[in-house]
Amino acid sequence: MKKRVLSLITVLAMTVGMLAGCGGSSDKASADTKTDAESTTTEGEASLADVKVGFIFLHDENSTYDLNFMNAAKEACEKLGVEYMTKTNIPEGQECYEAACELADAGCNFIFADSFGHEDYMIEAAKEYPEVQFSHATGTKAHTENLDNFHNAFASIYDGRYLAGIAAGMKLNEMIDNGDITAEQAKIGYVGAFTYAEVISGYTSFFLGARSVCPTATMDVTFTGSWYDETAEKEGANKLIQDGCVLISQHADSMGAPTACETAGVPNVSYNGSTESACPNTFLVSSRVNWEPYFEYAINCVANGEAIDADWTGTLATGSVELSTLGSAVAEGTQEAIDEAKAKIESGELHVFDTSTFTVEGQELTSYQADVDTDADYTPDHEVVSDGYFHESEYRSAPYFNVNIDGINLLDTAF
Amino acid sequence: MNKKEPFFHIVKRDALPWYQSVGVRAIAIVLALVLCGILTTITTGIDPIEVYKSIFAGAFGTERKTWITLQNLSILLLIALALTPAFKMKFWNIGGEGQVLIGGLAAGACMICLGDKLPNPVLIPVMVLASIAAGAFWGFIPAFFKAKWNTNETLSTLMMNYIATQLVAFYTIVWEVPKGSGKIGIINQNSNAGWLPQIFGSKYLLSIVVAVVVTLLMYIYLNYSKHGYEISVVGESENTAKYVGIKVEKVIVRTMILSGAICGLAGLLLVGGINHTITTTLAGGQGFTGVLVSWMAKFNPLTMVFSSFLIIFMDRGAGEISTAFGLNHSYADILTGIILFFIIGCEFFISYKLQFRKKAEKEVQ
Repeated sequence: MKKRVLSLITVLAMTVGMLAGCGGSSDKASADTKTDAESTTTEGEASLADVKVGFIFLHDENSTYDLNFMNAAKEACEKLGVEYMTKTNIPEGQECYEAACELADAGCNFIFADSFGHEDYMIEAAKEYPEVQFSHATGTKAHTENLDNFHNAFASIYDGRYLAGIAAGMKLNEMIDNGDITAEQAKIGYVGAFTYAEVISGYTSFFLGARSVCPTATMDVTFTGSWYDETAEKEGANKLIQDGCVLISQHADSMGAPTACETAGVPNVSYNGSTESACPNTFLVSSRVNWEPYFEYAINCVANGEAIDADWTGTLATGSVELSTLGSAVAEGTQEAIDEAKAKIESGELHVFDTSTFTVEGQELTSYQADVDTDADYTPDHEVVSDGYFHESEYRSAPYFNVNIDGINLLDTAF
Repeated sequence: MNKKEPFFHIVKRDALPWYQSVGVRAIAIVLALVLCGILTTITTGIDPIEVYKSIFAGAFGTERKTWITLQNLSILLLIALALTPAFKMKFWNIGGEGQVLIGGLAAGACMICLGDKLPNPVLIPVMVLASIAAGAFWGFIPAFFKAKWNTNETLSTLMMNYIATQLVAFYTIVWEVPKGSGKIGIINQNSNAGWLPQIFGSKYLLSIVVAVVVTLLMYIYLNYSKHGYEISVVGESENTAKYVGIKVEKVIVRTMILSGAICGLAGLLLVGGINHTITTTLAGGQGFTGVLVSWMAKFNPLTMVFSSFLIIFMDRGAGEISTAFGLNHSYADILTGIILFFIIGCEFFISYKLQFRKKAEKEVQ
């Protein structure tokens, strides 16, 4: 795609170049990939000085998803004082393998890729460079590949989604109390990417959080078939709003849904980071995975010569699951409700996927075989319901909750 | 009062000797680099020489980088070569993207459906045939309509791209792993069934060898074969072609089948040899970039090596400068745009020259 644009806008590029010259605004040019050699000496950790980290990102800083990783990478590497390199705009193809190998050739001994589709190519690179540690966010295969140097990582983001859901539920209650809507009209809209477990787990936990405070809440979900498609996300949100959804959330990486909500004046629960600056009137709260703790953990493992977990799942306690500060549009008492639920989750008193809080086709879920070990036939292989709750992200770090629960209405499942 | 002569005239040149036309192009590239350098300094404050160095390092910095550059060059060259006979015939085949995709889809389908049924020595020839046939078929459809009913091939080849993209999108959902994820991932990662063989122990060499062979064959085909002659006659004037007894319809269909077949071959290399997966962005716009490569080289297969090299070189450099300086990829695209602008612009100075008003004579008086 990039190349097509390239060949079509030859002339335009010239103009852009000139405009950039006139504007003289080039603060992007800050050398954030530069090394941080002087701080290594103050650390006193001799072994950290030997670590060089390579990061592979699907897009660049214009994607909220990648920006979240880039900020964490910078923060962790500067904190530990290790040298690092980044490669941006690496597609989910052989380019990822090449990028990983190039980073290994350049002396990196810990290499991380941020996009789901990078996984297979990271595995190929891991086979070729057994002495280099490779980690991959959101992947599913580390526990079955049996490679000592390939690892997956994710976080219990369903906890964060649940807490964000509470903010949504409180807002719905406020709207009901104000008489803006009736209790039956408390319908949430959700813009998803694919009908993939990570998305299903995300919207279900969000919904359960909302319903825990607003029992009449229901939810419509639409899918865009892309992790990043601003137009489709915007249209999806608009369609949901027209269909009577009074609050929107999303699992997709552009500003499409939040801006649609701001225009329509519909409250929005965001993801990957706060969208308050762009949507001051409708932003409620955002959950995100903070990758900094994982990077710190993995880099320290490499420095100390320790093995990195094949599957690492960050939690609220590790600081991996975060909620942004609340927007000005939230209902009164939201912070208290969130804090209360958060304390219960951390103490183990509350489980997000408590099977007594939802039904599937009218029945309580007492047993479920999930497809934890990835294969082409989607063979279910692990019993994941026990002790009254669905054990999400325990048998591998990436989510595998893919049950359609009652109260959530899927509008289209083409993707 | 003297009749005021304009400051300069534009005069058509005689054909320039090759060394002069190469000289004009070299000057254009140098000027483009100087302009890029000035812009780089103004907008980013980075030493442009360092930027050029790192662009070069991005393409040739290590042995692996060199191989990747050559491999990418080969694929773009193959696609440009595929489009060339059609363009030379003035058949605007902008369907390279779709022809590559459909060839890749055919190869991917063989790998997924037959991977555990056939051994590699049987499977790979099946894949080769399937990809080439699929690409050829995708080229045949618009050619047939053009030959039969004189439909507009620009529109039909373009629309065939979308059909191919949607077919790939459909099969991505059918074959996705894990469920719902919208991606197929590496096909037969553990069995390597249907992976094209590495030659001389290098995973990069196969595409390069194929591209070299196709370049030479295409050069011979276009310049020394009867078919090639027929293509140029049809391209110059369909009526002349008809007059001398060339069956224009037959030439159109035959040439487009060839064009599509080579695109299908590029799709095979991309799926079977390089990516080992199939996605809608497999061709990555190269079906369109190939048009540019082919035109810049004036349809000469040997010159195309240089024009595709230029584009790949800048593309590889783009990644490196974003790593080295934290500059966005778009920055390298701007530089590439400027260089292409100068190269295309300099063609004007190869065909025409500016004749300035003779000041000197007047001043003597």
